[in-house]
Amino acid sequence: MTETYNMPDERGHFGPYGGMFVAETLMLPIQELNQAYQRYMEDPEFIAELDADLQHYVGRPSPLYYAERWSKELGGAQIYLKREDLNHTGAHKVNNTIGQALLAKRMGKTRIIAETGAGQHGVATATVAARLGLECVVYMGAVDVQRQALNVYRMKLLGAKVVAVESGSKTLKDALNEALRDWVTHVDDTFYIIGTVAGPHPYPAMVRDFQTVIGREAKQQCQEMTDGLPDALVACVGGGSNAIGLFYPFIDDASVKMFGVEAAGDGIETGRHSAPLCAGRPGVLHGNRTYLMEDDDGEIIETHSISAGLDYPGVGPEHAWLKDIGRVEYVNITDDEALQGFHALTQMEGIIPALESSHAMAYTMKLAPTMDKQQIIIVNLSGRGDKDMHTMAEREGIKI
Amino acid sequence: MSRLAAKFVELSNAGRKALIPFITAGDPSPEFTVPMMHAMVSAGADIIELGVPFSDPMADGPVIQRASERALEQGMSLRKVLQIATQFRSQDQKTPLVIMGYLNPIEAMGYEQFANAARKADIDGVITVDMPPEEADEYVALLGSQNIDPVFLLSPNSSDERIKKVAAVTSGYLYYVSLKGVTGAGHLDTDEVARKLQQIRANTDLPVTVGFGIKDAQTAKTVAEIADGVVVGSVVVSKIETNLTKPETAHQEIVELLTEMRQAMDS
Repeated sequence: MTETYNMPDERGHFGPYGGMFVAETLMLPIQELNQAYQRYMEDPEFIAELDADLQHYVGRPSPLYYAERWSKELGGAQIYLKREDLNHTGAHKVNNTIGQALLAKRMGKTRIIAETGAGQHGVATATVAARLGLECVVYMGAVDVQRQALNVYRMKLLGAKVVAVESGSKTLKDALNEALRDWVTHVDDTFYIIGTVAGPHPYPAMVRDFQTVIGREAKQQCQEMTDGLPDALVACVGGGSNAIGLFYPFIDDASVKMFGVEAAGDGIETGRHSAPLCAGRPGVLHGNRTYLMEDDDGEIIETHSISAGLDYPGVGPEHAWLKDIGRVEYVNITDDEALQGFHALTQMEGIIPALESSHAMAYTMKLAPTMDKQQIIIVNLSGRGDKDMHTMAEREGIKI
Repeated sequence: MSRLAAKFVELSNAGRKALIPFITAGDPSPEFTVPMMHAMVSAGADIIELGVPFSDPMADGPVIQRASERALEQGMSLRKVLQIATQFRSQDQKTPLVIMGYLNPIEAMGYEQFANAARKADIDGVITVDMPPEEADEYVALLGSQNIDPVFLLSPNSSDERIKKVAAVTSGYLYYVSLKGVTGAGHLDTDEVARKLQQIRANTDLPVTVGFGIKDAQTAKTVAEIADGVVVGSVVVSKIETNLTKPETAHQEIVELLTEMRQAMDS
């Protein structure tokens, strides 16, 4: 790539993707949000406050950890883990909720809403709402409320109201629908903190910008530790916020290969998966045009993944664009393979990854052996696995 | 002149306002819909809005969400809604028919193919809730080329500039969403609606209909005094929901409701 990558355009388009496909009542609030976001991202005082919070509250910079034993075991490229699991609340999600909550405060909003799947974004939102003294309502599919009971309890402890969404498939997409309905009803005092690089413009760009701290740090740390750029980046992709956060600062570095790992569930061929980039087609959902899992009539179909955080029928529009221009290669990992990645990292490095991140680990196990020992892979360890103990135990027939 | 434009001229000449009921196609069954549409016309409906069910109806409240779910369970789809429209048209060539839904089923079919199919089904207007004017160039052009009116929405927070922008791409009529919220929510403040309609009319000559929050004959009458048309959705659909095992009762109750509204609006 010779030109500098500069997306989206001013109306939020990444090529044919992205945009602002919302009901009329939401046009004004998203335009106001866009203005506030443009203004404060250039405001030194705002940036200083954000940076201070990231350092003292979140615990940044997160380490870039050389997984020496695992690298030797796999016998190929040297593997470095970007330790987003060590952030406060245990995942990369908080990088974004801190940023959006500070924006909400600047805009004079008193009420925060969010959607959540696995509960990580809900917890990260409830956390910052508690800290800033803002009212917080989190929408969560009724199915996810069941399978992520621990995170529901965490959110309640933090003072958030958790609403179980009973419509549709009762998962993340329905939680997003319900959050949009709440927002349209309470536009005047409410700020909607979307957890991923989806939704209408400016969310995909804004959430990306708050998450790029991952890639900026990783780039500098890699330079310091290895005297160069990595050869490959690997990250899991549900909505795609941890992946774009790692990838974005490297997009113009043509030598750096990038792999986004989608959830293949029971296998792409079974149809039971959550891999719209690998097996879906473009459409419009939740305010943007992107790759979707849908039937021939354009109805959204149910997705499947062992990890609730990847269980979403769409994907951030920038990923759709990066796929089409061939800058990022999107691959997929089944539930079973993800479990192998989970165990491998746990046993080789003493780090228990989230099931979402385990997809990136599993792909790294395929990729590393095909590369030279001098080459370097940075894998985004986007979250820790504590929240998944029940899912793992159940899957493996163990009673806790 | 399009069937919609002609209808508003005709109503205006007669000193009447449009009564526009909404039902979701295929709810509670595909067989229910066409006879219900004819009966609504007989009860005084001037225009019919036919809902295209979608898996993720983000702007709808619980009543229309559940109607969508029931219709999808019955195998309803955009293609089948167009078949229902064709069936309706075979016996009624006069009543304007507007289909209302979300963008993705149209994206899946393709804009051009959709515009052609809608023309073939003799649809008069299309409302796509999540399609703002900013994204609508191709959509408006293709519908226009088939003489189908693209109907857009206005909301309580639409500015003068915004009203002009929306009106510039709209034909047929403007649909004023009278509440910040989803379909079926709350009760509307008719003074507030009157003020907003004044602002809208200062910016456009298009007929303006009002929907969201109109639940009974009295409100329909009050709104009809200030708007060019009254859209009733959730209250109609709720008659279907409360009579799922007795569709003939639902049919009867909807006819009674519309008859009352018609009388109140004309009195």
